[in-house]
Amino acid sequence: MVADERRLTATPLVLEACGLHKRFPGVHALTDVDLRLASGEILAVIGENGAGKSTLMKVLSGALAPDAGELRLDGRPLRLRSVQEALARGVALIHQELMLAGDLDVTANITLGREPRRFGFLDRRAAEELARRHLGELGLEVALDTPVSALALGQRQLVEIAKALATDARILIMDEPTSSLSATEATKLFDVMRALRRRGKSIIYISHRLGEVRGIADRVLVLRDGANAGELTAGAIEHDAMVGLMLGRCESVLRERAPRTHGPLALDVRGLRTAAYPTQAVDFSVAAGEFVGLAGLVGAGRTELLEAVFGIVPARAGTVRVAGRDVPRGSVAAAIAAGLALVPEDRKRHGLVLEQDVRANVSMVASTRRGGFGRRDRKAERDSARRAIDELGVRTRDDRTNVRTLSGGNQQKVVLGKWLAEPELRPRVLLLDEPTRGVDVGSKAEIYRLLDRLAADGMGILFASSEAEEVLALADRVLVLREGELTGVLGRDEASEEAILRLAAEPRASECSA
Amino acid sequence: MKKILGILGLLIAICVFTSVASPYFLTAFNIENLLRRSALFGILSIGAGIVIMGRGIDLSIGSVVCLTGIVTPWLLTEHGWSVGPAVVVVLGLALTLGVAHGLLITRLGLQPFLVTLCGLLLYRGIARGLTADQTQGFRGEFAALRHLGNGRIPVPGSDSFALPVPCLIVGILAVGAAVLLHRTVYGRHLLAVGSNEEAARYSGIDTRRVTTVSYALCSLLAGLGGLLFVLDVGSAQPVDFGNFYELYAIAAAVLGGCSLRGGVGTITGILIGAAVMQVLRNMITLTDWIPDTVEYAVIGAVILAGVVVDELVKRWAAARARNLADTG
Repeated sequence: MVADERRLTATPLVLEACGLHKRFPGVHALTDVDLRLASGEILAVIGENGAGKSTLMKVLSGALAPDAGELRLDGRPLRLRSVQEALARGVALIHQELMLAGDLDVTANITLGREPRRFGFLDRRAAEELARRHLGELGLEVALDTPVSALALGQRQLVEIAKALATDARILIMDEPTSSLSATEATKLFDVMRALRRRGKSIIYISHRLGEVRGIADRVLVLRDGANAGELTAGAIEHDAMVGLMLGRCESVLRERAPRTHGPLALDVRGLRTAAYPTQAVDFSVAAGEFVGLAGLVGAGRTELLEAVFGIVPARAGTVRVAGRDVPRGSVAAAIAAGLALVPEDRKRHGLVLEQDVRANVSMVASTRRGGFGRRDRKAERDSARRAIDELGVRTRDDRTNVRTLSGGNQQKVVLGKWLAEPELRPRVLLLDEPTRGVDVGSKAEIYRLLDRLAADGMGILFASSEAEEVLALADRVLVLREGELTGVLGRDEASEEAILRLAAEPRASECSA
Repeated sequence: MKKILGILGLLIAICVFTSVASPYFLTAFNIENLLRRSALFGILSIGAGIVIMGRGIDLSIGSVVCLTGIVTPWLLTEHGWSVGPAVVVVLGLALTLGVAHGLLITRLGLQPFLVTLCGLLLYRGIARGLTADQTQGFRGEFAALRHLGNGRIPVPGSDSFALPVPCLIVGILAVGAAVLLHRTVYGRHLLAVGSNEEAARYSGIDTRRVTTVSYALCSLLAGLGGLLFVLDVGSAQPVDFGNFYELYAIAAAVLGGCSLRGGVGTITGILIGAAVMQVLRNMITLTDWIPDTVEYAVIGAVILAGVVVDELVKRWAAARARNLADTG
């Protein structure tokens, strides 16, 4: 603590927030929140969903005005009326869903809104100069006339950061910047963040990935229920300490559990070739009551494999058998009828109809299975929605609430509710693709407990995740994919982060140049 | 450049087909007529394209054409206005309508489809009401003004062929639009708004202004088009003048490479698209064995085929790129 005080007094504070309050109808989103940010500091802000992180970030970036409290920039009071004003004062927000115009090229995006002009026309040379300089600082090498939509996600993120730097931003607010990056891309991003820190830029970094926070943050600010829950400085940033502050109690999310007993084969996949990796034939199986993890780096083909098994993207070849019966290739309806269910990776696009309420979302699968043009049984829909809310612990006012207004964790419970609401329609095998992405710690724990219970009841579970901790804690067996190839299957006692990474990582350059 | 090759190929194919099917196609009179019609529709299509590139849609183009096409001779002959004030008022009216569309869309948050659909109904109704459905014409006067629509610029070395004046006008407008689109900040912002409006807004772009200007330009061009159309043909019936023209303009823009999802498009493509539409109609008129009654069906089928082929080629190219990436 002494060292920390010295550091803070030695490096001046660039941004301070004192006593911020923000109320929305029915919610006290921020209560007396304080935040200090020193120059050249990476401050992580963590907290469960609904803890007030997004509201705080919106206030700091000018998107929302606080009801009470004060912001100070370089010690002087700061009133932000808009995002533009914040940008002009050197505060830039890097959005989680990147704010880039996909059809425009790299240069156009970096200079968007601040195009260099000559005689009233675009000055392309100056724009390219600017773009090249800022991309160079970030070590990104792409052709400047590439449309942004043709870039990989990690590259787009760097373009967005270059765009912020081009506005001479001194304070970067990054909202879950690694949530869609591969491990390599994330590592690269952290290098960039450190380089920016050396140049005196300050970064506020929001993340759910506590492992990353430990690696990158100088200081951690924890929010809980819209208020400061505590701070951790350099030496004290540990997983359990963070979770403890976030939950307000000490509880390790991932607990040891007894080995499971497995039943007969529930899912049997033979020679499956996905459209994305047609050269790789994959064989594997999941027994009833078995919990199988699907690990691999981003781009390893986990999503493609699950989608092929579920039939939403037809496989090129291979058979999928559920409880001994063949499922016709490329038919989602047949897959569901056979007892498969998929919780997709992109919950907002593929998991839910955001414009509809909890009841409509929960009853979507069941009503389809009952048949298309028959009369809807409204009472049954209401009952199953209410049952899902109770059993899965969805925190919502009632079943007519629009799912868009729910937090990520509660939305995910609604997606699960779609498949689990009707006891007699429960799937034999539940396929899950990154079910805890963007879900807060509390809901994560609830989802883990639920899946554990389902497996105990005899459901087969195939669970794809990029978080090795999660896979290791939950799975009985771990399948590891690399570029569509099943490179290994690890039993519970062989599985470790190292073992997974060894199978998941690319072979060394000397091996593949042959 | 690559993007317009397909539509250019389609244009050439239809031209070749029609010239084989009818000896009349390649006569100077027909070519001149085609050029004139293509130019006039090109003006409307540029406007439609600008709105579409900003991820909007304007269904009122045909009715704006009708309104300006009716009001111009109505002011000049029935009310005895002189040419200058009449033209200024008519174009100002069109511009005002476009600004109104833009404001309703951006300030009230109404959907472009709805706003301009109401425009489509309103302006035709107003035009018919103003004139009690009576045909409006120039009664053989205003020859100098009408020159803008039906004038011909002699081409040295040819007696029979002359360049229609609207071709010159659309040429100037096209250069202006291309410069606007690719060399000005406004054009960059329009494409950004069309591509990702949120991103544009978060970059400090006044997206409401950008969108409003695009609708204003579209209606202004539609108004100018209506003026030139009526100057060309000499008279207009309120009940069907400019009927369906918005669909020709939108089809031309889409054929020419504008995506209804916004963010992309070229002026050259749009002009070729407009020409394709006119050559198609010409083909139906000239070939004996295609009855004129199926005109819409033929046009619809050709556009659909063009869009389908375009999509298939795109998929094929994407698959090839994937395969190359796999093996390479």
